[in-house]
Amino acid sequence: MDDKLKQGLERWNLGIEKSLARFPERRKDFVTGSNAPAERLCTPLDIEGDYSDKLGFPGEYPFTRGVQNSMYRGRFWTMRQYAGFATAEESNKRYKYLLQQGQTGLSVAFDLPTQIGYDSDHPLSRGEVGKVGVAIDSLADMETLFDGIPLDKVSTSMTINAPAPILLAMYIAVGGKQGVPPDKLNGTIQNDILKEYVARGTYIFPPEPSMKLITDIFEYCAKEVPNWNTISISGYHIREAGATAIQEVAFTLADGIAYVDAAIKAGLGVDDFAPRLSFFFNAHNDLLEEVAKYRAARRVWARIMKERFKAESPKSMMLRFHTQTGGSTLTAQQPDNNVVRVTIQALAAVLGGTQSLHTNSRDEALALPSEASVRIALRSQQIIAYESGVAETIDPLAGSYYVEHLTDSIEEGVWKYIRKIDSLGGAVKAIENGYVQQEIQDAAYAYQMDIESGERVVVGLNKFQVEEKAPEGLLRVDPIVGEQQVKKLAELRARRDGAKVKATLAAIDAASRGTENLMPLILDAVCAYATLGEICDVLRGIYGEYQQKVIL
Amino acid sequence: MSDDIVAGIRSGDVRAIARTISRIDNGDPGIVGIVKALHVHTGEAHVIGITGPPGSGKSTLVDKLVRSYRRDGFTVAVVAVDPSSPFTGGAILGDRIRMQAHATDEGVFIRSLATRGHLGGVSRATIDTVRVLDAAGYRRIIIETVGVGQSEVDIVRLADTIVLVSVPGLGDDIQAIKAGVMEIGDVFVVNKSDRDGADRVVREIKGMLETALVNGTTPPFALAGHGVAKAAAGYSDDPHGLPPVIKTIAETGEGVDSVKKAIEGHRAGLDQAGLLRARRLANVEHELRSVVTDRLTALLERDDIRSRTKMLSAEVVDRARDPHDAADDLMAAMG
Amino acid sequence: MERKIRVLVAKPGLDGHDRGAKVIARALRDAGMEVIYTGLRQTPEQIVQAGMQEDVDCIAMSILSGAHNHLFPRVMELLKERKVDDILVIGGGVIPESDIPFLKSAGIAEIFGPGTPTKVTIDFIRANLKRNS
Repeated sequence: MDDKLKQGLERWNLGIEKSLARFPERRKDFVTGSNAPAERLCTPLDIEGDYSDKLGFPGEYPFTRGVQNSMYRGRFWTMRQYAGFATAEESNKRYKYLLQQGQTGLSVAFDLPTQIGYDSDHPLSRGEVGKVGVAIDSLADMETLFDGIPLDKVSTSMTINAPAPILLAMYIAVGGKQGVPPDKLNGTIQNDILKEYVARGTYIFPPEPSMKLITDIFEYCAKEVPNWNTISISGYHIREAGATAIQEVAFTLADGIAYVDAAIKAGLGVDDFAPRLSFFFNAHNDLLEEVAKYRAARRVWARIMKERFKAESPKSMMLRFHTQTGGSTLTAQQPDNNVVRVTIQALAAVLGGTQSLHTNSRDEALALPSEASVRIALRSQQIIAYESGVAETIDPLAGSYYVEHLTDSIEEGVWKYIRKIDSLGGAVKAIENGYVQQEIQDAAYAYQMDIESGERVVVGLNKFQVEEKAPEGLLRVDPIVGEQQVKKLAELRARRDGAKVKATLAAIDAASRGTENLMPLILDAVCAYATLGEICDVLRGIYGEYQQKVIL
Repeated sequence: MSDDIVAGIRSGDVRAIARTISRIDNGDPGIVGIVKALHVHTGEAHVIGITGPPGSGKSTLVDKLVRSYRRDGFTVAVVAVDPSSPFTGGAILGDRIRMQAHATDEGVFIRSLATRGHLGGVSRATIDTVRVLDAAGYRRIIIETVGVGQSEVDIVRLADTIVLVSVPGLGDDIQAIKAGVMEIGDVFVVNKSDRDGADRVVREIKGMLETALVNGTTPPFALAGHGVAKAAAGYSDDPHGLPPVIKTIAETGEGVDSVKKAIEGHRAGLDQAGLLRARRLANVEHELRSVVTDRLTALLERDDIRSRTKMLSAEVVDRARDPHDAADDLMAAMG
Repeated sequence: MERKIRVLVAKPGLDGHDRGAKVIARALRDAGMEVIYTGLRQTPEQIVQAGMQEDVDCIAMSILSGAHNHLFPRVMELLKERKVDDILVIGGGVIPESDIPFLKSAGIAEIFGPGTPTKVTIDFIRANLKRNS
């Protein structure tokens, strides 16, 4: 059969070469959304290797075709819109609205002071309180945030990294007040510091103590909060910073390797914590490349866990992931077009087998999303789920010559980067010496230049422009929020038991000089209403602060 | 006008200092008067040159040194020199990133300079920049350059104390700072010394210094260092009086105070041994030569001299003159 | 005499999204300018002091967190306090159209929204320098 195919392909190639002289193609080089070559045509000749070895079956190693055996025939992915702004009261209202609209999980956005471990009354917090997410200073705010939302009934994802132990402790404490024991809590903390250094910027401490806090959480949750996803190793922000699809997967998995290494070094057994590792990827516009990306990521991770770390439990080898559509692909020009982009991206995530999905709102290049925009975004997911039919058959694009070929070539590119990073001493070292940042920035700059030269078309931005009126109905956070939050904080400080706060903070101070797991002590402190800023200040005093490495 | 500027600089006015440095950097001929007027007010500052390969953590080290000097009550200025792009002439100057904590400290002045294509030019601009900062009253002036080639070395050469920074794991390690550069170091720093191979780098540097001592190839500056070690306790504890090799982890501040102590010890030693003057004499001699070379080069570019050069060259080709005669003629025309 | 345009590129506030700031820094360099890059989490005080010490022609700031209405005017205020009126100040990031009149009245010369080609910013800086020497 191969010979016949080869002959046929040769004949066809000759034919097309001839016709190209008279009817040239649209462009000289065709590339994917990530600037990888896009083939004219793929045939069975482009697929190498053995089916069972490379693809296998859903829910089975190497999980190329998905991590569950029934995938969306069992239940749809979790529709999880990232939300949070202003005060805990406001955000609480938005969460209740989303749950009422059929959303199945919560995803909490925190404001920047919270993410960087400053209370709302810190001088650096001025102008930032409640802006990109909700302001949480103490357990009191967290109680308000989840007021009337039973924590044993929802799963909650919290985008929190450097101060993750503190916010997790607050969540556990709120559960306690609702009478929900820790082993009944479901959710995820992002807790991925390495990508903060290279892409997102909300770091506090240097790598070493940060890795220690992360492994503390792994250890604590394995015992106390067994259903919690202790980390969401994130490629999303790496991609947003300008990385290609291959870089997104490669740098994310390299970070994953670093976390597994750290946990093993801290004495944990790989099968004790690895099943709770989760991932977070982006979805950009190149539909087929994105689908291939998720499939390749699953296959590579499974091999890493099995071969490199000798995991035995299949759960340790499964790459489960959340997806968010690509914020950087949205345009401020003709924002309604973003609904179409988001739909294509969401489709890619579903065809790629995501476990949960956030769809961006059309106005995110302009401001925080309005309620109406958030609804359209959620509806886009629901239309894909209920109307498009793509959820009825598992991994429906498998066997497409092009998709399998792309999956293979992305995998190859990922291994190449992983080997390079290994040779530099691992992800932490590669970040410390700026290698990862440099690679991302080069890709980001090349992408921008392609848009400016018109080589890459972005509809409405560099082609098909129209005169537009300024958009209306954008969500604004009232600046008064900052003052309110400061006032609330002052009242809390006056009301709480100061001696108890002092004692719990002193305990953290003492323990953070050694190797003891800090989680129980942090839980004591938040229960005494010590603030996030106070706890972080203690840790800053011992651990120091990270200095940004900028490579331009 | 020019008096106002001089007075402004002397009183520490940030704008006057910054604008004057720009004019120096731009090669504004109108600035010569100001630089001349400032000269008598200089000489008080201790000028420290710090250089090393990219990625050796110089900026972090400088940041920590500034902090340490501020604790001691010294005002500090930093001149950070980075290369311009040879293709576009532009530059990204990122050394400030690690020093921005000092941005609002009135006792610290940080200025980034680009090499603008010719290192010779920047080394002269740096000398005058240092003069301005010296006259403005900054008592410790740190010049930071990236790189380990001869031209970068020329920039730090005007310093009273030269610190060479290396780091383990840069491939051929100190090979990079060997040729013609090792011998100018007064203080050697092995940064990121928590990395594997730090002790090896220390040994290699020490070995190289000893070889230079045995071979007698130790050039004047290191010889000065030798004398200094004897004169000043706290500079070096090497039995032969060779420059100290100090391990640091600039990121955490480890070893930074030892570096400062060595720098201060070196300076005190220069003073006590009467070598500071000798060193500055050598620096000025070097500067004078390069100023004159510069002026001659500029003169050669003057229109009348250019056309005369062309004419004379033609005469030489036509055998109407010999090259030496033509050169005499040209020199005479240049006055 | 060689005159170079010097630009301070800064990220005021706590927001860590510096893709835009880094891309513009590189584009300005490739346009032959000298770019002083100060990195993340800069206070208005740090930005102004650095701008003065570096004697820049232009301060370019990028914010995506929504804190622009507080931070941009604060930079202008500090410049005025220090009697600096010859530095061009521009901003970029996720900034709603309706905030632009306010920011301009505070003295920000121009706001460049998402999708602005780097060339537009470069040309604007060249055309609007407040001093020639």
